[in-house]
Amino acid sequence: MLSKKTKETLLGPLSKNNPVLVQVLGICSALAVTAKLEPAFVMAISVTAVLAFANVIISLLRNTIPNSIRIIVQLVVVAALVIIVDQVLKAYVYDVSKQLSVFIGLIITNCILMGRLEAFAMGNGPWQSFLDGVGNGLGYGLVLIVIAFFRELLGSGTLFGYPIIEKIGLYSIGYENNGLMILPPMALIVAGCIIWAHRAYNKDLQEK
Amino acid sequence: MKKLRKYIDKIKPNFEPGGKFAKFQSVFEGFETFLFVPNTTSKSGVHVHDSIDSKRTMTVVILALLPALLFGMYNVGYQHYLAIGQLEATSFFTTFLYGFLAVLPKIVVSYVVGLGIEFISAQLRGHEIQEGFLVSGMLIPMIVPVDTPLWMIAVATAFAVIFAKEIFGGTGMNIFNVALITRAFLFFAYPSKMSGDSVFVRISDTFGMGAGNVVKGFTGATPLGQLATQTSGTVQLTNTVPDAVGNYTEITTWDYFLGLIPGSIGETSTLAILIGAAILLFTGIASWRIMLSVFAGGLAMALLANTFASATYPGSFVTPFDHICLGGFAFAAVFMATDPVTGARTNVGKYIYGFLIGAITIVIRIYNNGYPEGAMLAVLLMNVFAPLIDYFVVGSNIKRRLKRAKKGGTV
Repeated sequence: MLSKKTKETLLGPLSKNNPVLVQVLGICSALAVTAKLEPAFVMAISVTAVLAFANVIISLLRNTIPNSIRIIVQLVVVAALVIIVDQVLKAYVYDVSKQLSVFIGLIITNCILMGRLEAFAMGNGPWQSFLDGVGNGLGYGLVLIVIAFFRELLGSGTLFGYPIIEKIGLYSIGYENNGLMILPPMALIVAGCIIWAHRAYNKDLQEK
Repeated sequence: MKKLRKYIDKIKPNFEPGGKFAKFQSVFEGFETFLFVPNTTSKSGVHVHDSIDSKRTMTVVILALLPALLFGMYNVGYQHYLAIGQLEATSFFTTFLYGFLAVLPKIVVSYVVGLGIEFISAQLRGHEIQEGFLVSGMLIPMIVPVDTPLWMIAVATAFAVIFAKEIFGGTGMNIFNVALITRAFLFFAYPSKMSGDSVFVRISDTFGMGAGNVVKGFTGATPLGQLATQTSGTVQLTNTVPDAVGNYTEITTWDYFLGLIPGSIGETSTLAILIGAAILLFTGIASWRIMLSVFAGGLAMALLANTFASATYPGSFVTPFDHICLGGFAFAAVFMATDPVTGARTNVGKYIYGFLIGAITIVIRIYNNGYPEGAMLAVLLMNVFAPLIDYFVVGSNIKRRLKRAKKGGTV
């Protein structure tokens, strides 16, 4: 259905070219919003939306933007989109928006965005750029959700707020939640473990 | 001994390349070199070699830990029978046996998990088995409260061995003290089982031994735990159980020094720790510079805090000498700070490293009400800075000598 190049643009960022696991970008937000699954999920959708549309807009403007001020133009586009997303979240999922607090605003500074705009949207057509934005957003979101899954399950004993550990009955045999999982350092260690597993599986990513 | 040697020689070919169990070569070698000093010699050049290899060094450290461990076992029993009010009626051996049974499972769990991971990772990487966990495995049960569940110790040990040691390259390559990472993991992951009033004295029975009801008015608070919750300006640290008329006897410097107070298993007795320190210093295994400067740093900081004592920080009213006898200070100074892998290596660096550990421990203990004890955090913090300290010591040394050489050249 899609040509090989298009497929690579869309699906590459999910694994072999993952922005978090391989390029190690966007780590700060991955640490900040992954204590629970729900905010991580919302964050993943927000970043995907902002990235996809910013890519399209910049791609359309790419031939008219003067080279010397391109970063400023990119920032203006991203900032406008982030504010729209922020307002939408405040209107429809107020609780999650409060939990995410400044981190929605900080999408502007997310390295993945600037990286994709500079590296891809400035040199490719709108459709390709849109797919690239969706792919990278999903690649970022996938890692976020995997980290949040482990942190919420082991740290709070819940999944999307559902008290799964309690239902299984682990507490009654002496199990306790791991408080360290809630703290940011553990997100870094979980991310490290995922990178470890990812590189052990994809041997071609390992440096010689 | 000869028989054992013969037996090992007999089964050895099975583990050589091509043998039946060639896969387990590293496991076999680990056991063989643990039991016998390897007799391989270098074949070329001149090598001066000490016959004490690192497995033998570790064994001496274990010996040095024994007084504190045995005392800790006795103290676990002592605190238990004191809490249930049967201390007079219980013999010395029963008291010790109770503590022994309470502590032994922790030692077993720590060794099984730690050595298990060590063996597996040595096997996977084709390394020979290193002996680093021999000491860590003994330290871990000694720095946890008696009522920390075994599965938590297992999880924390696994975490520490993998993330503090193996990923840095195994024994001798770790940045942080493995035993303290285990404790830090437990402390931050399961704070309710690592601090507070209910974990330092076991009040339930152990394998059916020592059942009984807690006497009225019992509090399981450690001296430092009491200190952290003091509100008035005058500090009073007391026994865990009241006497017949309901008064809590005040405990004194002698009690802290002897160690019949609640606390983590191996850390309470300064006396037993000092015996261990004497063994380490006599055999030349631990650095006297680090030990001395940790105590100096602690005393200096406690003296400073004591001079400017304020009611906001009740810990500042405790005398400097009491401070170094309380909590895990002495244990950290003797067994944790002197870890040759994670500590500073230059002589000047050792003084700075040790002094700062002592000072930071007291700072955390007195001025941070969130943490009753600071020894663990101080040692871990200084572990990070040890290479930096060494770097600047070496750098300034080079600069000084360069200056001297230049001066000598021109004159």
